[in-house]
Amino acid sequence: MAEFLQLVFSGLTVGAVYALVALGFTLIYNASDVINFAQGDFVMIGGMGTVFLAATGIALPLAAFIAILGAVIVGLLLHRLAIEPARGASPVALIMITIGASIFIKGVAQVVFDKQFHSLPAFSGDAPIAVGGATILPQSLWVVGTALVLFVGLYLFLEKTLIGKALLATAANRLAARLVGINITIILALAFGVSAAIGAIAGVVVTPITLTRYDVGTLFALKGFAAAMVGGMGHPLGAVVGGLLIGLLEAFGAGYISSTYKDAVAFLVILLVLFFMPRGLFGGRSVERV
Amino acid sequence: MLAAALKARFSPLLVLALIMVLVPLIAPSSFYLRVAALVWIFALAALGLTILMGYAGQVSLGHAGFLGIGAYAVAIGPAHLGLHPLLSLVLGAALSGLIAFLVGRPILRLKGYYLAIATLGFGVIIALVLHSESAVTGGPDGMSVARLTLFGWRVSGAQNWYWISAGALLIGAFLALNIAASPTGRALKALHDSEVAAAGTGVDVGAKKLVAFVIGAVYAAFAGGLLALMNGLITPDAASFMHSIELVAMVIIGGLGSVLGAVVGAAFLVVLPQALTGLQEYEQAVLGLLIMVFMIFLPAGIVPTIRNWLLERVS
Repeated sequence: MAEFLQLVFSGLTVGAVYALVALGFTLIYNASDVINFAQGDFVMIGGMGTVFLAATGIALPLAAFIAILGAVIVGLLLHRLAIEPARGASPVALIMITIGASIFIKGVAQVVFDKQFHSLPAFSGDAPIAVGGATILPQSLWVVGTALVLFVGLYLFLEKTLIGKALLATAANRLAARLVGINITIILALAFGVSAAIGAIAGVVVTPITLTRYDVGTLFALKGFAAAMVGGMGHPLGAVVGGLLIGLLEAFGAGYISSTYKDAVAFLVILLVLFFMPRGLFGGRSVERV
Repeated sequence: MLAAALKARFSPLLVLALIMVLVPLIAPSSFYLRVAALVWIFALAALGLTILMGYAGQVSLGHAGFLGIGAYAVAIGPAHLGLHPLLSLVLGAALSGLIAFLVGRPILRLKGYYLAIATLGFGVIIALVLHSESAVTGGPDGMSVARLTLFGWRVSGAQNWYWISAGALLIGAFLALNIAASPTGRALKALHDSEVAAAGTGVDVGAKKLVAFVIGAVYAAFAGGLLALMNGLITPDAASFMHSIELVAMVIIGGLGSVLGAVVGAAFLVVLPQALTGLQEYEQAVLGLLIMVFMIFLPAGIVPTIRNWLLERVS
C-alpha cells in the first residue's frame, strides 16, 4: 500500500507538469489550430533561464520572473516571426514550422547555456513529509499547488474577463470573432504569450525534482501532447485529466513493470487512445463535411 | 523541347544518372565520394517518404523507425543468427514492410495532427526498444556490422559503396516513377486531393494508403540496411525522433512529391553538417532555422519551384 501511495504521489507530480504543458498546447490549438511542438521548450527556458540567472547572484524569485518573461518573449516572437507569416499553411507545414522552431530553440540554448544537466534548490527544503507510509517531497507540493493555481487562474481568465472571452470566441469561430470586432492577431499573440508563461512556470517549479537540460523540452512536449490528445484535443479540462492520467500510468509502469520503458507508456497510451477513441476522452463525435 | 523534357516521365532518372556519373569525376578525394554515397542512401529513404507524403499526402513523423529496423536487421542477422548480410537486408526490408502493414491499418485511419502524433509515437517506441534491449542490440552504444562479402569479395571503400548506393537509388527512383504513373499512383494522388471524392469514384482509400505506407517502410529499411553495411556500425540514433524529422525535412525542402526533390533535400541535409563542421555547436540552430525558413517562404520545395519557373520561361 505504501508503495502504491508513493507511486501515486510521484505520478501526480509529473502528471501536473504534463497537464500544464497540455494546457499550453490546448490554449494555442484552440486559438489558432496550430499544434506547437515548441511548447516543451518553454519549460526548458523557464528552468534553464532561472538556473543561469540565479548563478549570477540574482535572488531566485526574481531570476524565475525574468526567465518566465524571457519565455513569453520567445513565445511572442515565435508567433510573430514564424506562425503569422505562414497563415493558411497546411497542418503538416505548421507542424514542421513549430518543430523547426523547437530545434532552433534547443540549438540556441546549447550555445547560450550549455549541454549539462542543472538543478535548482528545492523552494522549501528537502525534508520529506510522511503520509500513510509513503513520503512526499515539499517540492512536489509546490508543483501540484502551482498547477492548481494556474488551472484556476486560467479558468477565471477565460470565463470572467473580456479578453479571455474574446479568446474563447476566436477559438469557437475566427470569422465571427473578427466580425464582432475582436483583433484576432492580438488574441493569437496573447495565446502564445500565456501558453509560454504557463510552460515556463512549470519549468521553474519542476526543475528541483527532474533537473533540466537544453533538450528536456522534447519529452515534455511529446508527453504533454499525449495528455492533450488523451483528454481530447482542445478541451482544457481534458488536458488536465489527460496529464494526470499519463503521469500516473507512467509512474505505475515504472514501478510495477519496467523503468526502462517508462517513456514508452505515454506513446502506448496515445496509440491505444487514437485507435479506440480517436477524439479522446472528452472529445465529441466528429462528422466529416465535404 | 525543354518543356517536353521537363514533363517527360523518366527525365528525372536521366538527370540523376548524369549527376551520379559526374560526381566521381570532380570529387577531389574519397571523402567526398563517401558523403555522396550518404546522400544517395538518405535520398532512398526520403523517396519512400515521398511516396507516402508526396503521392498519398499522409505524414509520418516516425519514419526513421523503419530505417532503424532495416539497419539493425543487417547487424543482428549475421551476428546472432548467422545469416548472410544480403539475406538479412532483404529480411529486414520484409520485416519492416510487415510491421508497417500491421500498424498501418489502424494508424492510417487517423488524419492530420492525429496521424502525425501516432506515427511519431510508433517511431519513438521503436527507438526505445533498440535503445533498451542491450542483449540483442548493444544498447545505446549500438553494435558493429559485419562487412558485406559477395562471392568472396569483401565490399569496402568509398568508391564501391558510392556505386552500390547510386545503383540502389536509381532502382528506387525508377520504381517510384513507375508507381506514380500506375493505377495505384493515380489512386494515391486522387485520395491526396480529396479522400471523399476518391472513395466516391471507387478507390479503396484505406487499402491504398496502406500500400503507400508499406512501400515507404520498405524503402526506408533498405536505406537503413545499406547505411549500416557501409558504416560498419549502427546506433539507436538511426531510429531517433530527430532523424525522422530530418527525413521529413528532406522531402519537404526538396519538394513534396518530386523524385528529384527527395535527392536534392537529402543532399541539402547531408552536406549541411559536413559544411558546418567548424561551427558544430551551431548545427542544430541552423537546421531548425532552415526548416522554418523553407516551410514559410518556399513551401513547395526547391525542385518544383525551379521546375515551374523553367516551365514558365520556356512556354
